[in-house]
Amino acid sequence: MLITKRSLLILGFFSIATGLLAEGGTIKGTIHFEGAGPKLRTVKMDADPVCKASHDGPVYSETVVINDNSTLMNVLVSIEAGLEGQTFPVPEEPVVLDQTGCRYEPHVWGAMAGQPVEIRNSDRTLHNVHALSVVNPQFNMAMPKIVRKKTRIFKKPEDVFAIKCDVHPWMKTWVGIFDHPFFATSDTGGSYTLADLPTGSYTVRAWHERLPAMTQKITIKEGETITLDFTFEPPKKKK
Amino acid sequence: MVGAEHNRPLHLFATFTAAAALGLIFVGGLVTSTGSGLSVPDWPNTYGRFMFTFPLSDMVCGIRYEHSHRLFASAVGLLTLILAYWLWRTDRRTWVRSLGLVAVGAVVIQGLLGGLTVIYLLPTPVSVAHATLAQTFLLLVIALAYATSREFHQQSSPAPVSAEIARMRLWVLGTLLLIYLQLILGAIMRHTGSGLAFLDFPLAGGEFWPSLDAQLLDRINWARWQLELPEITRNQMLIHLLHRAGAVLVTGGLVVTLTKSWKHRRSLPATLLRMVPALAILLVIQITLGAMTVLSLKQHIITTGHVANGAGLLGLWFLFTMRLYRLGAKASNTPAVSIQV
Repeated sequence: MLITKRSLLILGFFSIATGLLAEGGTIKGTIHFEGAGPKLRTVKMDADPVCKASHDGPVYSETVVINDNSTLMNVLVSIEAGLEGQTFPVPEEPVVLDQTGCRYEPHVWGAMAGQPVEIRNSDRTLHNVHALSVVNPQFNMAMPKIVRKKTRIFKKPEDVFAIKCDVHPWMKTWVGIFDHPFFATSDTGGSYTLADLPTGSYTVRAWHERLPAMTQKITIKEGETITLDFTFEPPKKKK
Repeated sequence: MVGAEHNRPLHLFATFTAAAALGLIFVGGLVTSTGSGLSVPDWPNTYGRFMFTFPLSDMVCGIRYEHSHRLFASAVGLLTLILAYWLWRTDRRTWVRSLGLVAVGAVVIQGLLGGLTVIYLLPTPVSVAHATLAQTFLLLVIALAYATSREFHQQSSPAPVSAEIARMRLWVLGTLLLIYLQLILGAIMRHTGSGLAFLDFPLAGGEFWPSLDAQLLDRINWARWQLELPEITRNQMLIHLLHRAGAVLVTGGLVVTLTKSWKHRRSLPATLLRMVPALAILLVIQITLGAMTVLSLKQHIITTGHVANGAGLLGLWFLFTMRLYRLGAKASNTPAVSIQV
């Protein structure tokens, strides 16, 4: 069979066109929490008047945030396996990490390897930004009051690690760096959505900063929407 | 006798430097206890400014501890330089002058190690070396303070030491080594985050010497979950236990030695005997602060007090050791202090 350049071009065109037109699958779900969470600490910000003045009421630790509907906030859900060998475009638009009210916003988040991360300082006080990465180079950079934003790029995929401020020891945020765009953090209703997934079988992982990570396997077809919930529990008391 | 030529201002200055070194250990301990070691990301500058021009109004939270530590360390560095220069100009004993230079070298290396902890983001070996050198530097300056004291210049005892005192010296030296090792172990414990690997005291996980099995690890991590503390590992439990075991050994060594001192009190000068209750009190304070460190979940003033009191105990024991070894020593015929030029 004679394969001409033209036939290859046509084949390539159709492949791209069908890829663009094909509707990806969607995974939606809720992160439930069964049991009693730890008693959350009140964060004392008295040592920095700027931080203290940023809040009217008490500020609580964000390590385990259980929503009113008994769901869990700040769980990073991502595709752990099933996308091997595939490449995805890296967004040029930066992910924004803000330091506001002497807290990080968001508290748990993801970015693609190579995607810019814009770190902002919306506070009228100084911070340091200390990334505790293992695969990517660690860094500790100053964010004085006059520096409103800096951009960093994590070039390699990496499991979730912390970024913290050593000036304000309560400030900590968690980030996962992925080689694909299929990750999301559970919100104030405990919900998450992973959209536009190619057809295939996947291992989906739900990560929380204080609880053991959970995984589930699913298979998704074109245009399909699957509901995939996770239920976390506090550690069992050992005798 | 060269006592008449003892340089009292120099001795007072050396003593002041030793006290400042102990104060610096407290201030440095606060940095670790509050987790502020990296709150100033640059070194030797502070947030891009020359460190001595950094505004006080910006010294908030962690910066207050870290920047104060840097300023205090600079002052101690300056004191050490002055001390070494003063010794060099006025003391004819080569070993004392050399020791002054060693102290300057130690304080410079200590500063560089401090800088490395900032630049390399607190690597455990460097942080432990920084903590260990702090204790060693304190001993160096105490040695200089003692070497410049009136007592050192005078003949300490008219009689040669007895066999009992000779044996006691070995006990004292052995205990000194134990205290020093215990402080290094304490530094390892602090810089590996093992200070709360056990949350109870005097028991550890409900036992005196628990087996470090998975069940105990789960139980402790469950308790830590309740307290919003991160999980610990078996190695952290082991480090913590070793520090407690070290405390038992140090206490044993101190109690035996202090008992022996009291037993041979007729052979010992009053200067040494007066140190015995002080050492005993420091030991009791140290054990109490150690227990309170665990029970208060490492409240930073208590934890730092434990560190500084440990350094004080080491320093005082070192002085006790030096004094014991000076018993019976003949005064040098060489004037220790020259006429100042």
